[in-house]
Amino acid sequence: MDTAIQRQKKKTRKVGLFDFVNIALLLLLTFICFYPLFFTVIASFSDYVPVATGQVNLWPIGFQTTAYQAVFENPEIWRGYLNTILYTVFGTAFNLLLTIPTAYVMSKKKMFGHKVISWYFLITMYFHGGMAATYLLYKDLNLINNPLVMVVTGGLSIYNMIVTRTYFTNSIPDSLYEAGRIDGSSEFGLFFRIALPLSGPILAVMALYYAVGHWNSYWNAMMYLSNRAYHPLSLVLRRILILNESALSEDQLGMLDPETIADMARRANLAVVMKYALVLISSAPMLIAYPFVQKYFVKGMMIGSVKG
Amino acid sequence: MNSTLPKRRMGWAHVRKRLTESWQWYVLLIPAIVYVAIFNYGPMYGVQIAFKNYKPKLGAAGSPWLDPLFKNFIRFVNYPDFWKMIRNTLSITLYSLVIFPLPILFALMLNEVRNLKLKKTVQMITYAPHFLSEVVVCSLVLMMLARANGPINNMIVASGGDRIPFIEIPGAFSSIYVWSGLWQNIGWDSILYISALASISQEQIEAATIDGANRMQIIRHVNIPGILPTIAITFIMRMGGLLSVGYSKIFLLQNDLNLSASQVISTYVYRVGIQSGQYSYATAISLFNNVVNILILLMANFVVKKVTDTGLF
Repeated sequence: MDTAIQRQKKKTRKVGLFDFVNIALLLLLTFICFYPLFFTVIASFSDYVPVATGQVNLWPIGFQTTAYQAVFENPEIWRGYLNTILYTVFGTAFNLLLTIPTAYVMSKKKMFGHKVISWYFLITMYFHGGMAATYLLYKDLNLINNPLVMVVTGGLSIYNMIVTRTYFTNSIPDSLYEAGRIDGSSEFGLFFRIALPLSGPILAVMALYYAVGHWNSYWNAMMYLSNRAYHPLSLVLRRILILNESALSEDQLGMLDPETIADMARRANLAVVMKYALVLISSAPMLIAYPFVQKYFVKGMMIGSVKG
Repeated sequence: MNSTLPKRRMGWAHVRKRLTESWQWYVLLIPAIVYVAIFNYGPMYGVQIAFKNYKPKLGAAGSPWLDPLFKNFIRFVNYPDFWKMIRNTLSITLYSLVIFPLPILFALMLNEVRNLKLKKTVQMITYAPHFLSEVVVCSLVLMMLARANGPINNMIVASGGDRIPFIEIPGAFSSIYVWSGLWQNIGWDSILYISALASISQEQIEAATIDGANRMQIIRHVNIPGILPTIAITFIMRMGGLLSVGYSKIFLLQNDLNLSASQVISTYVYRVGIQSGQYSYATAISLFNNVVNILILLMANFVVKKVTDTGLF
């Protein structure tokens, strides 16, 4: 007994310098990943002056929630939020409608013309018309300054299609389709009644991949939408956070009494803290949802890494 | 039955039989084929304006050809900042390649952690930044590095230094771009390596321990060779995207003061093409960029294939 305990002790004591250094480095790295987000949280609840002078390190100073109130009172931000949700929902639906059937058919290697069609898709991964040619095409299609552009652009990611195809190839045995054929099912029937019901995991993965892409992207909106009413949240954020437009809306600025300079300064200070609040509010849906959907993302990466 | 048909019979009757046999598959493909024809091949058709004097009224096909056909290309190559842009693009992408091993290192370190709870927590936190948008990451970068009130400058002042306007220094641009990218993705990029490490057999490690290997030696002679195939695959995939810099992120971090280091080909295309409406010129630059990209991809593929026997094509 004694020796067993001693051996056990020896084993645990082997947790020596190596582990110490390793864990210390990992914790440092985790801290570096975590701290900017944490700082954003505490800064968004703090008074401006202690934030600007570097007194806020671990805890909010001069606790306030007016930054959040001001963010929520800005109609542009609400509008952007709503637009982003609409673009994400409809855009993702459009993506899935294009991706899933295509991937299913492309998993049928025996299909006549498979190679030609494969190349038809693959070529687009390497050749592009470029920004200006695309812009002109969209102009011809009447998509400029048309919110529909946010739904239809980037409709089919060939990479995602290949990942989905790999799933169909590897996860659904041919014998199931053969059984369906013997039962007299048509090819449509095989797709809708056998393949689709079995593709829940890949549907989830693809929906998430596409949805995150829609939620986070700003470039297409910047290229094609000049009307502010159509701007997604990411563009509103860019204006406020990157281009330093005031986070306070015109109305809010108009409401304040122009004579009191002190009030102006207070507002300007508030605008700085509001940026932190805005970062959090815009990222909250992703950060809250991500621990629950993380495994789907990881699964998607795994499928993608297997050569199809 | 279908698959057991002899393959040699390729007469017209056979082709027609196979086409009618799987017509429903083609129907399922129609939406994607039409979509790609319009949205991917459409702009490729428009590439001809690179050689034309594009007039909106006449359209791409009707616009007159340029006199020296390569006028726009010649103009681009003679543009004073041409080499600067090439250099910026290359230095940012090569810099990104230099930090390629860091997620591998992270995975190896995490693999040594015995405490599962700690391991999961570290993974959870380091994955999180991956889900932030570019706009948010870039504004975090700007806020953290802000000269007047950013935490980093506050720290510098607290330790007796002078405030540094990081984002305005051209020399710091590629570092800011690359390291903020690492901050966002180190956890996420390590996922494949972590799972590859998990599938290394425990017996192999035990055998090495019995042979008297210490932990560093196990990492070097068991773990790293074990994940080498995964490393090779991710490396090739990275090579494929070598010259496609993240222009949308670069654009966010750009300002007038760091432009000499942050102007890359794609952001220049946006400025001359979309913002100032020189469509023909911008298309020519895109085409140039695209062709160079493909040449580099082919070259990279050739080299990797020679060295590791695996390639994209």
